[in-house]
Amino acid sequence: MDILLNPIVQALIKIAVFVLGFVMLTGTVLTLMERKWMSAVQDRIGPNRANAGKFRGRGLLHIAADGLKSVFKEDTIPADADRLLFTIAPFFSLLAALVVWAVIPFAAPLGGVTFQITDVNIGILLVFAVTSLGVYGAVLAGYSSNNKYATLGATRSTAQMLSYEIFLGLSLVGLFMVNGTVTVSALVANQGQYWFGDVIPKWGIFTQPLAFLLFFTAMLAELKRVPFDAPEGESEIIAGYFIEYSGMRWSVFMLAEYVSIVGTSALIVTLFFGGYQVPWLQPQGFQFLGWLLPLPAVLVTLLQIVAFGAKTVFFCWLVIMLRWTVPRFRFDQIMELGWKKMLPLALLNVVVTAAWLLVYDRLNP
Amino acid sequence: MELKVKTVDRQRGVMVEFYLPAIWEGLRLTVHHFVRNIFGKRDVVTIQYPEEVRRVAPRYRGRHRLTVREDGFIKCVACYMCETVCPAHCIHIEAGEVEDKSVEKYPVVFDIDELRCVFCGLCVEACPKDAIRMDTGIIAMAYSARNRFEFTRDLLKDSYHENEKTKYRALPNPRSDAEALPNSVGVLAK
Repeated sequence: MDILLNPIVQALIKIAVFVLGFVMLTGTVLTLMERKWMSAVQDRIGPNRANAGKFRGRGLLHIAADGLKSVFKEDTIPADADRLLFTIAPFFSLLAALVVWAVIPFAAPLGGVTFQITDVNIGILLVFAVTSLGVYGAVLAGYSSNNKYATLGATRSTAQMLSYEIFLGLSLVGLFMVNGTVTVSALVANQGQYWFGDVIPKWGIFTQPLAFLLFFTAMLAELKRVPFDAPEGESEIIAGYFIEYSGMRWSVFMLAEYVSIVGTSALIVTLFFGGYQVPWLQPQGFQFLGWLLPLPAVLVTLLQIVAFGAKTVFFCWLVIMLRWTVPRFRFDQIMELGWKKMLPLALLNVVVTAAWLLVYDRLNP
Repeated sequence: MELKVKTVDRQRGVMVEFYLPAIWEGLRLTVHHFVRNIFGKRDVVTIQYPEEVRRVAPRYRGRHRLTVREDGFIKCVACYMCETVCPAHCIHIEAGEVEDKSVEKYPVVFDIDELRCVFCGLCVEACPKDAIRMDTGIIAMAYSARNRFEFTRDLLKDSYHENEKTKYRALPNPRSDAEALPNSVGVLAK
């Protein structure tokens, strides 16, 4: 049992369970669910033809079929492409999508076990640093493909990043000021507090509603999803930066997109919707207005994991629903939105939060 | 030349620029459809093709069939009306003699090249004996070889059957080139 106490072994086990067991699985299933959900929105049935003999499982086998197809498809590299960059570009996207999970807690610590791969003290700043690297995937892919559409897509994604990255960072400054920390575990633990006795949980959405809107918008832009999918822009530049990709490399881009959706949803849940917190669930059990339903600690942890998963899946669903709801922003509109509307709003949020904290500290010395 | 510029009166205002009310309205619509189709009564327009087939109107001009008399003999008297009227020249008839003096002729060969056919229905209108109809309800034919589309007299004959389960009327498909190509002549021989 000594080996289990080794922090590296612990981290590896957590990576295996969380990242492979939850993130990759959810990301893979989302590739099918997006198509099924979109067809529900559009009054269609969606993919349901892949079968093993008589078994179809309402299209579930399409996941396996897609994977197999990608593996066996010819992997083409354009003649004049930059082979090295072309090869590594998809992995930049996937890397950025996966590293987010290093700091996201799945449940409150139980005994000596934390349900978080690592709790670095720079927390969210690490997330910002790494997710911004994701744009390299798009830029390198577009640059190395030697294709005009791909170059356009890469250029667009660069310009888009310049528009949203600033207010993405600024949107969370208010949250950091309220909590006085950037450590993810502390940010989540703080959301376990309550207002007015035990009634309203102190979730980020209630303390910083404007920050949530800004952050959600910025994250949609970071995902390069509708309404900010100008870098892909199917109707304009076909598939944008990954137009020349095929086979498994293309699949890595797709997988990275869906893993980023899960990661983004987890980040939103962690920062604004209490992370693993279940309303009125304390370590000793459910507690509401002095009334207590005691629960064993293991059950509480299980409930927290389930709550975190459910919240994350809900936001994945919302992001996908938005894709089938809103049209794409024109390019100048993205710039205008980022620089002229969101940036001032983010600054306003910072100023108002700072003023409020000053006043609050004066009133409650 | 004067350019005609149409000025569109675009909605401007804080609420429009804010986007959120419009997005909320849109989300309400998509989620409504989503919930109805996933949890409620599924209301989809999809026709699951091989199992389900779109019901076509009785007057829909589908693949041809040659009708038969009560005694099972082909109604066609090889008068060449349809071949003459056919704008696509897709009908090929070779007449033969019958002992029955009220009919005199019957088609030894009656080929329709369904790839050439424009499905205008003129052959049906031209026929004096109601011997050719286009009411099979077959709206699509798919074969892997060109000659499969050359339907011969016996393949066109009124021997189509109706699938009870899917209401799919299908003529027996020519399974082999040998079955599809030559015209069999022995209809008269009992």
